[in-house]
Amino acid sequence: MMQFITSNMAPIMFGSLIVFLLYGYSVAFSLAACGLLFGLIGIELGLLPEALMQALPLRIFGIMQNDTLLAIPFFTFMGLILERSGMAEDLLDTIGQLFGPIRGGLGYAVIMVGAMLAATTGVVAASVISMGLISLPIMLRYGYDRRVASGVIAASGTLAQIIPPSLVLIVLADQLGQSVGDLYKGAFIPGFVLTGLYMLYIFTLSVVKPQFVPALPKEARTIQESDGSAGLRSLLALAIVSTGAAVLFAKTRPESVATDELIVTSMCVGIGIAFVLSLLNRALKLKLLSNMAERVTFVLIPPLALIFLVLGTIFLGIATPTEGGAMGAVGALVMAIARRRLNLRLMRQAMDTTMKLSSFVVLILVGSTTFSLSFQAVDGAIWVEHLLTGLPGGQLGFLIVVNILIFVLAFFLDFFELAFIIVPLVGPVAAKLGIDLTWFGVLLAVNMQTSFMHPPFGFALFYLRSVAPVDDYDDKVTGRRLLKVTTGQIYRGAIPFVLIQIVMVALVIAFPKLVTGGLDKPVEVDVDKAFRELKMESRGAANDPFSNAASAPAAAPSAASSNEADRDPMKAILESMERDKPK
Amino acid sequence: MAPLLTLSRLIDRLSEWVGRWVAWLVLAAVLISAGNAIVRKVFDQSSNGLLEIQWYLFAAVFLLAAGYTLLRQEHVKIDVIAGRFSKRTQIWIDIVGICVFLLPFVVVVIDLSLPLVVRAFNMHEMSNNAGGLVRWPVFALLPLGFFLLGLQGISELIKRFAFLRGLVPDPTQRHVAKTAEEELAEYVRLQAEKAGRA
Repeated sequence: MMQFITSNMAPIMFGSLIVFLLYGYSVAFSLAACGLLFGLIGIELGLLPEALMQALPLRIFGIMQNDTLLAIPFFTFMGLILERSGMAEDLLDTIGQLFGPIRGGLGYAVIMVGAMLAATTGVVAASVISMGLISLPIMLRYGYDRRVASGVIAASGTLAQIIPPSLVLIVLADQLGQSVGDLYKGAFIPGFVLTGLYMLYIFTLSVVKPQFVPALPKEARTIQESDGSAGLRSLLALAIVSTGAAVLFAKTRPESVATDELIVTSMCVGIGIAFVLSLLNRALKLKLLSNMAERVTFVLIPPLALIFLVLGTIFLGIATPTEGGAMGAVGALVMAIARRRLNLRLMRQAMDTTMKLSSFVVLILVGSTTFSLSFQAVDGAIWVEHLLTGLPGGQLGFLIVVNILIFVLAFFLDFFELAFIIVPLVGPVAAKLGIDLTWFGVLLAVNMQTSFMHPPFGFALFYLRSVAPVDDYDDKVTGRRLLKVTTGQIYRGAIPFVLIQIVMVALVIAFPKLVTGGLDKPVEVDVDKAFRELKMESRGAANDPFSNAASAPAAAPSAASSNEADRDPMKAILESMERDKPK
Repeated sequence: MAPLLTLSRLIDRLSEWVGRWVAWLVLAAVLISAGNAIVRKVFDQSSNGLLEIQWYLFAAVFLLAAGYTLLRQEHVKIDVIAGRFSKRTQIWIDIVGICVFLLPFVVVVIDLSLPLVVRAFNMHEMSNNAGGLVRWPVFALLPLGFFLLGLQGISELIKRFAFLRGLVPDPTQRHVAKTAEEELAEYVRLQAEKAGRA
């Protein structure tokens, strides 16, 4: 019996972890307790050094100093303030009216606004709630299929998970030892491809099942000219002028300017021109632009400005993601003050929610660090590696198995748990197999997005349920009796989007360029890879319980301010102190 | 049971109080970080002290608020299985969880980290960065935060036993006014109504 336990510590420990988690007490403490229990067993059996747990406080100090994680509260706080600034409502209203009259138009509007909110607020719950309360009633009023309507809202809300600045990418970057900026850049194009796939789905429906996504009748439009025309011509003209200006500007730039910088600056020029023209038009009462053209410009400016302030500065290397988050949070505050939406109550609530989220997320990390301390000590990393490298098909086999694993686990776990428990196990193996870890992180992020959409526990579905009509009701505009949205409809509506997500995972595997194409440096640099592998290895250092590497943001080269974690001799002192301690 | 319930109420009040004040550190961290970033870019000046205070503040937020977060039932659980059981069974799951998972962990962390804090204090350890900060206060946050977490664990334990005896209402109900999501939903609804009337 003892023999069996001694030689199979790692698998037994992993099995116990599953039991501990499913037991149903808080994840953070279940993880920690599992780590402590097996640390104790290992010490009792003489397998592990007695001082094993001495490393625990040092690791927690390491987490406290982690500059990358600091971005989590900043982006959370920014999202919480923004969601109450009225930006989402304005966008949904205007874009919905703009596209409403074409078949499937409201669907496109929801997807586009979802993507835009994702690039600013980045809070799934906020997007889903806003769209569920504003767009869903309109979709129901004009006869959208209930499954399609709820599916597209829930799925568009989850775009916040993949389009930067998303929290999941921060956590994945931290766990994989990559820079957040690189993951953001890498996720940018896949995020928009995914947005495109959602739209393609709506387009296909509008051809195959036009009755599911009807066009809005003319009377649904309230933004129009005094003569009743839609005023699209001047909007088109404005769009052409500003796009032309942006392209012209891009052409005048020297060749040496990096692509992402080019895109960001040119977009700014185009948007700036549209904004100035609209302002002039309004100030001088020129009447050159229609109401629609003006409205569209004015509602698009704040989100685009914020996107530039945060993502632009990060992509251009002006700010680290942490600084970008802080600037974004200040930007959100300024916007909320300008719109007279900020009050003490909102402020308190945003701070309170941010604080609770930070606390539970970081404590899960503390718990998983405790777990991995023991798990590494019983050679868990080696066990996982044998398990995963022995798969047929090499890299591809590994990727398929890991993705299926995460897809299935996503039914029960949310992305924080997946990122803190599963990723540290599979990350080192991926590095060993020569997989680019930035690409791997984006791939996992696309997959983890499904955890929000999986019936019946997906958060996006849960939030949509909380705001969708639960009883039949009288529509305020038409006065007709409308049916409630059933939970079954919400679940069934999510299924096509979960399938799209699987397609996207396959696309990222088949065309790695989608991710790596967005990065500055080509990824084939071998030295770099070898260096990274080295890092990963030291993260998983099995025999050295005093290694602090697991929690230090060791490989965050772009983070300008990560000046302590790596080089801080304080740690070295503490460590040597620990060793000197009388046993 | 009565004195224990009084103790539990006192602990809850302490956690609430800590939560209310620590929340402001979120804002402080945001402002300092943004200000620091701007100063760094515009005036090309940077202070290690200001950089370090950011993670001091973050550490203070997540550690000191751990107990408050427990009070608010926000340390996420996986209730795929537990959610199917009766209320009493779920309460028992919590009781065992607190006694076997939470409290031992708290004790271990405090026990292991306290000597480090004392040593850092005695040696007057400083950050090695020029203009860096003194280290012991931030180290002290670890045992302090876990102490608050442990206290709140005890209070939760008392409330659960009291509930099993029918002395208090269900402690797992989030009787806090509203969640952020509910507030947002209410707010959006209100705005939509206003816009509709206008």
